[in-house]
Amino acid sequence: MHNFAIFFASIFTGNILLTNYLGMCSFLSVSKELKTSLGLGAAVVFVMATTTPLNWMVYQWLLIPFGLEYLRFIVFIIVIAAFVQLTEMALERYSEGLYQALGIFLPLITVNCAILGASLFMVIREYTLATSFFFGLGSGIGWALAIVAMAGIRQKLKSAKIPPGLEGPGITLVIAGFMAMAFMGFSGMIALT
Amino acid sequence: MLITLLVSIAVISLISVFLSLLMVIADATIGNYGVVKITINEGIRDLEVLGGQPLLRSLQQEGIFIPSACGGRGSCGLCKVKVVEGGGEYLPTELPFISEEERAQQIRLSCQVKVKNDIAIEIPEELFYVKEFSTTVEKIRNLTHDIKEVTLRLIDPGEITIKAGQYIQFVVPEYEDLDEEVYRAYSVASPPGDATHVELEIRQVPGGICTTYVHEHLKEGDTVTINGPYGDFYLRESDAPIIFIAGGSGMAPIKSILLDMEKNANPRSAQYFFGARSKRDLFLLDEMKALESSIPNFSFVPALSEPLGEDNWEGEVGLITDVVRKNVSDAQASEAYLCGSPGMIDACIKVLTDLGVSEDRIFYDKF
Repeated sequence: MHNFAIFFASIFTGNILLTNYLGMCSFLSVSKELKTSLGLGAAVVFVMATTTPLNWMVYQWLLIPFGLEYLRFIVFIIVIAAFVQLTEMALERYSEGLYQALGIFLPLITVNCAILGASLFMVIREYTLATSFFFGLGSGIGWALAIVAMAGIRQKLKSAKIPPGLEGPGITLVIAGFMAMAFMGFSGMIALT
Repeated sequence: MLITLLVSIAVISLISVFLSLLMVIADATIGNYGVVKITINEGIRDLEVLGGQPLLRSLQQEGIFIPSACGGRGSCGLCKVKVVEGGGEYLPTELPFISEEERAQQIRLSCQVKVKNDIAIEIPEELFYVKEFSTTVEKIRNLTHDIKEVTLRLIDPGEITIKAGQYIQFVVPEYEDLDEEVYRAYSVASPPGDATHVELEIRQVPGGICTTYVHEHLKEGDTVTINGPYGDFYLRESDAPIIFIAGGSGMAPIKSILLDMEKNANPRSAQYFFGARSKRDLFLLDEMKALESSIPNFSFVPALSEPLGEDNWEGEVGLITDVVRKNVSDAQASEAYLCGSPGMIDACIKVLTDLGVSEDRIFYDKF
């Protein structure tokens, strides 16, 4: 039950993008087209759902026994990068369809801060292995939800009249702010811990 | 304290070594596509390359240079190649550059297509002869206030086989704010007879990456990398009278063609209309006058669109299109060769078709 609460909380009340503002760079640059943002969103869901529990294992079984918790930043980054790279190579080799849909986005998110963020939150909030998985999955879905919503809005924006100074990143950040405020409506419904 | 330090170093190293090993193994197994075959133009050339790399890179390593301006990042859309077989599906990164028509012909961006299995492609045959040359700058001189003539001496390879009128790509190295190499295309102004030199005419464009580099940084004795030759702008074999039209640094390929005609004592009748704004934009007038006597049937018609009072200009005045219309009466049998800005070329094509030149006999180089 707790796991499901965490899962939904990480999608809505604690959306990693809209409440923590993590993963902004790809959120701003790849949200122009609905189709590509869907692909990127799916890639983030996959990578977060896998690397968060993976890093949990590395942290609990390797870093804690040696008393090296303070190394988690660098270790998490290396683990994520290697895992993403391996996944991309495997997809490219064995599944053209999946590579088309997900693979080409993987290099873009290797160093995405939202993904590292999920692993670090998992440590701070002292999740169990199972909870880490649901938290990673939920955070990924939340991130994907936000970018797809943004892409939908930006496609509408193409035909809108925008003051020249606000075109591009400007208006996108303003909209992201509004979306974050809208998501505040969920706050207090479920807790993330 | 010391122990903690050593342990942390050991653990980090262990993790890194383990992951690197994993990557090496993956590279040798999952990422190893073995030797694959690239069949070019139905077997005119077959290449055996290590799979897993982008097509553009694989071809480059075998000495076949596909024109590309961004160096393989999928942002210029120039490196188009027809992939007949084995290219897989279109990638989302290619689609912005490929039109419906090109899609039907299986035209792909060669920097995005990875060679993972045997593949068959078709490329223009001229690309077989494209090479990369290292050169040194032998001479730089001002032709006008904003056009420089740059003469490059070829070092390695020492000679180039080129058709008069073709172009090369100039590799601009990193300088000032430019943090990666870029390529820019320039027509060769020297004739094919001089195989050891390449002469370029480069007009300064405000803010232009290559033109700024050439005009403000390049010095005699510097090393420059070029690749080429490219392009289908060269004189076609026939007896038809020729109309050349150029503006500004569009002089370059026409000059190369004319020098080649001079060398071969080409008897075809030829008229060359050269447009400029005022007298300070004109150049190589003496050379062109000399060619009028050394090429059997050649005349040079410079025209100024806005001559200044102090120019004392007695030649043709007006837009180049009007000058052509005035001086050419019947052009039905003629071939036309144009080089200049897109606006000038489009306007000239219209005039020429009005004068009776059929469109398949109008050749042009837009820049």
